Amino acid sequence: MKMISTAVYALLLLALVAAPFLGAYPVFVMKLMCFALLASAFNLLLGYTGLLSFGHAAFLGGSAYVAGHAMKVWGLTPELGLICGTFTGALLGWLFGVLAIRRQGIYFAMITLALAQMLFFVALQARFTGGEDGLQGVPRGKLFGVVDLSIDLTMYYVALVIVVAAFLLIVRTIHSPFGQVLKGIKENEPRAISLGYDVARFKLLVFVISAALSGLAGSLKTLVLGFATLSDVHWTASGQVILMTLVGGLGTLSGPLVGSAVVVLLENKIGDLGNVLAGLTGIEWFNTLGESVTMVTGLIFVICVLAFRKGIMGEIIAFIAQRRSRQV
Amino acid sequence: MTAPALEISGLQGWYGESHVLHGADMVVQPGEVVTLLGRNGAGRTSTLRSVMGLIGSRKGSIKVHGTETVGMPTHRIAHLGIGYCPEERGIFASLSAEENLLLPPVLKGAGPGMSVAEIYDMFPNLAERRHSPGTRLSGGEQQMLAVGRILRTGAKLLLLDEISEGLAPVIVQALAQMIRTLRGKGYTIVMVEQNFRFAAPLADRFYVMEHGRMVEAFSAKDLETKMPVLGELLGV
Amino acid sequence: MNEIFGVPVQALLSQLLLGLVNGSFYATLSLGFAVIFGLLNVINFAHGALFMLGAVLTWMGLEYLGLSYWLMLLFAPLIVALLGVLIERFLLRWIYHLDHLYGLLLTFGLTLLVEGLLRSVYGVSGLPFSVPPSLSGVTRLGFMVMPNYRMWVVAASLVACFGTWYLIEKTKLGAYLRAGTENRRLVEAFGVNVPLMVTLTYAFGAALAAFAGVLSAPIMQISPLMGQNLMIIVSAVVVIGGMGSIMGAILTGLGLGLIEGLAKVFYPEASSTVVFLIMVIVLLVRPAGLFGKEK
Repeated sequence: MKMISTAVYALLLLALVAAPFLGAYPVFVMKLMCFALLASAFNLLLGYTGLLSFGHAAFLGGSAYVAGHAMKVWGLTPELGLICGTFTGALLGWLFGVLAIRRQGIYFAMITLALAQMLFFVALQARFTGGEDGLQGVPRGKLFGVVDLSIDLTMYYVALVIVVAAFLLIVRTIHSPFGQVLKGIKENEPRAISLGYDVARFKLLVFVISAALSGLAGSLKTLVLGFATLSDVHWTASGQVILMTLVGGLGTLSGPLVGSAVVVLLENKIGDLGNVLAGLTGIEWFNTLGESVTMVTGLIFVICVLAFRKGIMGEIIAFIAQRRSRQV
Repeated sequence: MTAPALEISGLQGWYGESHVLHGADMVVQPGEVVTLLGRNGAGRTSTLRSVMGLIGSRKGSIKVHGTETVGMPTHRIAHLGIGYCPEERGIFASLSAEENLLLPPVLKGAGPGMSVAEIYDMFPNLAERRHSPGTRLSGGEQQMLAVGRILRTGAKLLLLDEISEGLAPVIVQALAQMIRTLRGKGYTIVMVEQNFRFAAPLADRFYVMEHGRMVEAFSAKDLETKMPVLGELLGV
Repeated sequence: MNEIFGVPVQALLSQLLLGLVNGSFYATLSLGFAVIFGLLNVINFAHGALFMLGAVLTWMGLEYLGLSYWLMLLFAPLIVALLGVLIERFLLRWIYHLDHLYGLLLTFGLTLLVEGLLRSVYGVSGLPFSVPPSLSGVTRLGFMVMPNYRMWVVAASLVACFGTWYLIEKTKLGAYLRAGTENRRLVEAFGVNVPLMVTLTYAFGAALAAFAGVLSAPIMQISPLMGQNLMIIVSAVVVIGGMGSIMGAILTGLGLGLIEGLAKVFYPEASSTVVFLIMVIVLLVRPAGLFGKEK
């Protein structure tokens, strides 16, 4: 199995490297990669440690604003801007984590939601975020003061390197002893405690890591797209991340990658899908589907929770495992 | 001839994936006191829970007064006249002792149960502590409450799981007396008991369980001769 | 004395009343939310959407059928209760055996679905609804002037909340609910039709939310999104108050509404975040929540 998955990842990497030459819009793929990173960072928390954070928008958006501000107003070079953003994510993650970890399960989720909403209101009112208009005109700048990122192709490969590196960090974390403890906490927290692990410490650490990487994703997105808006800190963004991970497959490495691609593609193409459905069924209302991303998102959520909890990759992996055990 | 109060045949039971009952068989006639013996994990509690439908899934046959119940939902099984007293006692913390006592509804078509006055007669301690939160009562008082509340419902078939566990000898004696009284009134009682010395003088018949099925069945008069077997099976 | 801390008494009192109005909504919604969580072990994120449906149905009743506010006060909760029954029987029932985070995700999805559906039909700008004539106008109380409708909202909410409290704490039915929250299977073993009780509990919680929604129709902008922010505040309220106590949910909701009102007077910039700030403080000082009983 390991050989197959390594091969698949290698192919994926190859595809990404070749993508701009195969006709894909670099900016679109970069946006996709940012979300893939975000979802993977989130999955570290939910899929592997069993902690549901409903406030990841805070890390995504908060870092987006800080990084954007750093690069636009303070004139920092991109790598410093990204570091600022990542650090912001880590800091927010630490603050949120310290508070949220005091309660278990459902309360944890609600606390993260409430704290993220608090950040939303701060972002709404603070001057430096630009309020409803958002932070616009973030320059691509020169990486290390040398490499001009305003050329999309250059930006693309830099982004690719960053995202792949971050993803490898996640992989490494999961396969490390630290990662094993996390899985242990997910499966049976009281047991982990009784084995002597300072569970609160582990939870906080993974929370900070997840938040930091989410911050990196947010900062990178700001760099690529050139702006940061309130929708990045709105709780619907938190919901989106959860959906990506759920659809792709909780607790699988590839799940978030697939899930984020599916969700982003769906959101972009929902209008077209609506038109197709309207054509097929003759029901006019389908044409408005493009405007009701929310509704379709909700429907997918409901279907996933009821019938499709393993997500795409989860189902595939389970299916392969079942075939294997039958052959043996 | 009237149907047995309880007739279990070929009962298979699961908690999720865990297969705990492997074809249990048991017959209890109306008015009998039957004790289920066996080591921990043998399946005694699981058997009682199966009768109430509280187990994961079950197959086979469970007839209560002749009615097949293996497919019935729990709340309907209760109304056939069964009172269940679980091992954990299940006294509700957010209710007072009296609220706990009055909680189980009077069962449809089961005939009158004991009145609250009669129950307080049997267990004066409960009357004294009626307004205390249920879990503030002592272990013995909680046990009396757990049994008392099902007596009020009109249930005549009682399933009692380890009622003597962890209680002072004086209280255990009171419970033994209670069982004798109930038997005298025509109640049918199935007891799961670890405390052999408590159960032995009270029961008409015994079953011994091992690995999810009954491996021995005998009546009280054969108890003496069966002691060596019991010694092996139970470590008594 | 016409001023307290440099604020005119009239302004202070009217903000407190507004705070009490908001607090009533927080209390009513937190109550239903806590009751549903207690028995069903489901985080009903859809509570905000059910609230919104109450308000939207009220508008629809008037717009399409000419039904008055008073009739909708009766019908909207009933319709939403029916919807609640459907949600519980056909959706929630499948996920009880799972980690209760799935309940949160499912109801979150439902929220998006309902809100998105209504949004595609009605857009996001508010639907107009005026205060019913019998409740409009003000009452002069000498030292201040109180809008009648807002007083009605507070009164009706308090009646609903304390009525629910009484139902749960003092009646036989409530005893079944409280016992069921502790040990559902045992209560079923006593012959109580617990599955039915669960359905009715969810329906009741939904009706309560819709009731608050009807009350809010004349004073809040009726839009498909009106339940969202409220829902997040409710999350903070239940974290602060803990979900083990009915009275705790009511008092916390009311109290937070009042504090928010005060904040609007003395420190307006913080008014939208003061509830969350209090949550932070409570988490630091009393992690189990003010009224405790962690599950």
